[in-house]
Amino acid sequence: MPVSKITKKLANFICISMAVVPSLVFADYKLNMTQSVTAVGNDIYNLHMLVLWIVTVVGVIVFGVIIYSLINHRKSKGVMPASFDESSTVEFIWTIIPFIILVGLAVPATKTLLKIEDTSNPDLTIKATGWQWKWEYEYLDNGVRFFSNIDKTSNDARQRNSGTDPYSVKNYLLNVDNPVVVPVNKKIRILTTSNDVIHSWWVPDLAIKRDAIPGYINESWFKAEKIGVYRGQCAELCGQDHGFMPIVVHVVAENDYNEWVVKQKKLAATSAASANKIWSQAELMKRGQEVYSASCAACHQANGQGISGVFPAIAGSKIVTGTLDGHIKIVAKGKPGTAMQAFGTQLSVGDIAAVVTFERNAFGNDTGDVVQPSQISRQASGGLNHE
Amino acid sequence: MSEHHAKPTGITRWLFTTNHKDIGTLYLWFAFIMFFIGGGMAMVIRAELLQPGMQVVDPLFFNTMTTMHGLIMVFGAVMPAMVGFANWMIPMMIGAPDMALPRMNNWSFWILPFAGTMLISTLFMEGGGPAFGWTFYAPLSTTFAPQSTDFFIFAVHLLGFSSIMGAINIIATILNMRAPGMTLMKMPLFVWTWLITAFLLIAVMPVLAGAVTMMLTDRNFGTSFFDAAGGGDPVLFQHVFWFFGHPEVYIMILPAFGIVSHIIPTFARKKLFGYASMVYAVAAIAFLSFIVWAHHMFTVGMPVAGELYFTYATIMIAVPTAVKVFNWTATMWRGSMTFETPMLWAVAFVFLFTIGGFTGLMLGMAPADFQYHDTYFVVAHFHYVLVTGAVFGIIAGAYFWLPKWTGHMYDEKLGKMHFWLSVISVNILFFPQHFLGLAGMPRRIPDYAVQFAEFNFMSSIGGFAFGLSQLLFLYVVIKCIRGGEKATDEVWDNPDGLEWTTPSPAPYHTFETAPEIK
Repeated sequence: MPVSKITKKLANFICISMAVVPSLVFADYKLNMTQSVTAVGNDIYNLHMLVLWIVTVVGVIVFGVIIYSLINHRKSKGVMPASFDESSTVEFIWTIIPFIILVGLAVPATKTLLKIEDTSNPDLTIKATGWQWKWEYEYLDNGVRFFSNIDKTSNDARQRNSGTDPYSVKNYLLNVDNPVVVPVNKKIRILTTSNDVIHSWWVPDLAIKRDAIPGYINESWFKAEKIGVYRGQCAELCGQDHGFMPIVVHVVAENDYNEWVVKQKKLAATSAASANKIWSQAELMKRGQEVYSASCAACHQANGQGISGVFPAIAGSKIVTGTLDGHIKIVAKGKPGTAMQAFGTQLSVGDIAAVVTFERNAFGNDTGDVVQPSQISRQASGGLNHE
Repeated sequence: MSEHHAKPTGITRWLFTTNHKDIGTLYLWFAFIMFFIGGGMAMVIRAELLQPGMQVVDPLFFNTMTTMHGLIMVFGAVMPAMVGFANWMIPMMIGAPDMALPRMNNWSFWILPFAGTMLISTLFMEGGGPAFGWTFYAPLSTTFAPQSTDFFIFAVHLLGFSSIMGAINIIATILNMRAPGMTLMKMPLFVWTWLITAFLLIAVMPVLAGAVTMMLTDRNFGTSFFDAAGGGDPVLFQHVFWFFGHPEVYIMILPAFGIVSHIIPTFARKKLFGYASMVYAVAAIAFLSFIVWAHHMFTVGMPVAGELYFTYATIMIAVPTAVKVFNWTATMWRGSMTFETPMLWAVAFVFLFTIGGFTGLMLGMAPADFQYHDTYFVVAHFHYVLVTGAVFGIIAGAYFWLPKWTGHMYDEKLGKMHFWLSVISVNILFFPQHFLGLAGMPRRIPDYAVQFAEFNFMSSIGGFAFGLSQLLFLYVVIKCIRGGEKATDEVWDNPDGLEWTTPSPAPYHTFETAPEIK
């Protein structure tokens, strides 16, 4: 057995014994840092274990001395206090020893850091943009672009007092509608940025955490060595639904990845074609409700009432019951300086038509208006840069 | 010097007082009340996290709770408690009749209740209170924040005024009013730690004021300091904030170092080991605290040289911190120890603060921090240093000096019960959070994936127990004020320091004639 494996086993043992009681009671626990599926991630894990070991040993020694002292050097045992209160030699020794240990730690830390920050020569580059509260992914090499929201089952279950048991939901809060798909054993460069507030793109198994900051494009990379599904979450507080914008990465064989790309391109083409279709009101309302739940309800709430003082209501809104132009414009272009995003770049023309129709007829708005995709293109001519 | 004004009674005594002991008492009670308000918010947080799913509050209110809990505990509880100790004890420790600037002392306290009320009142405003974390990163705290944020900004300004005035007063007192013969290197450690803390406060509170002022103008007057769309820089906010924020954590812990450095020698019946090196270590920590701020920001995408520098500088803090822990250990070594309540808290402080120090070292390594950052590992770390560090130091100090303040011994049995309940529950509360963080649970989330359920449940149970245990502390303090065994002037077994030469309870005016220090 290689040394590193033994240390890992020992480390796990120590960690487990540090939590003897809980580990006996609960079977399904995880105590230590995720061992990632990338080489760099392993370096990080080993560095973590090295420091953990050092502090454990130092802790055992120092705490051992204190405990020995607490037991033996007490008045009740008739001990007379010693009179020493200074020693330059001792002070020098215990200043220099920590210093030497720290230099020893700095070496592997530096090596690992230099690897982490080497983003050169990627095989594939994906731009991940944080939005309140979803991720947008754009594959810069082949133009595939999509949004990734928390999956509907989790999202329904996480509503306050939803009545759904989180244990009954598969991958509760860690599942999305559209996962990122990448080929195995390729150097994937992730560019992170944000459309609104600061988010952070984190997948523990890939050992990446990098902030997505408006006005910045940050670089990081990973090379997954194992096919699988890896889950993470936004790690920087980004407002109300910070806890509900998971990240899912499917690492697949290269063939599967290529097939997936072809499929994505077809989907985009279909969506573009739907712009010319004429929809019935029922179809628009049905689709509109789906779009509303996924894209609008987080702020404006499922009942259209918004949150007083934070997010305006849709029900009885002046904009929604006012002119069609004004309504479409705010949906497509958003309202700068507020949480209202520009959905023109996120939703297809058909989806905008559907959600506008839905909002104008739901929550007691009853305007009776039906908006067709073709009207959207006309209404917001030049404004919609989708596709 | 002998013509004293009659001591006013009733509310005016407290409103107009310039007496350092009265003002110390006011600070301590204010801190105590805030400790319970902030603690109540922590209970809401732990109740929501007791099990997966959203049961108790909505996500936005959850964020408000984490934000207000942090702000109230930092600015309302820990800092004022330390200033309360400074007010009470520094003049008595250096043989001064009062603080150097008594009227400013009154003002610096009386700003606090207004600032605190304003901060808490945001909870009742339309749109809710601040929900952007106690670190209030832009642009979440500027463009995307509720209206009440402007009240939060003003409250922070007021708290800053109060702290700066308090710090000026402490520095003026220590540098000018020491009894003849008390050279700097004869000052008690608590005085030393506060002198250094006061300089930290004066250096960094204006930086915080600058940060919130830029927020204010970004929000209301069309500037774009932190708005990328207007040519500003959101990361600038973090640099400014943490240039304040990192020294701030030492502002909270250094006076606790001082308190513990009084308690351990007293109950070990032995002089503090390495007095001079303790002073140098505190000074070294204070200096280092100014040059490590960006270790809170390793994931913002700094150049690799910056990440390396901040890693090296940060892990260097382990050296002076280790020296302090070793010195406390050597003080206990071959002492003749007894374990009255203050000593129990002080020993627990040494153990548990050290654990927080260990995780601090781990977090300081940039590559590993990429996995730890913004997870419950960080939450566990800073609660070990702040709760079992700063707060345990405060509680230890309260038990240590209560007999001097009130003239009565506290109830030793209840004090010990308070200690054991707290020390057990606090570890059930925070230790599992290390595991949660390592397993991948981000901080500041109101709901979590089910694999985190067991440890969150444990942590919440520990949290409720820890919260309830503090009610016992309140009871012990009130009981001690109202009566109890009469305390002697020395209180403890031959303790070191001028404060123990005064009667118990300490009279309204002490050291009107300066004592002579050999």
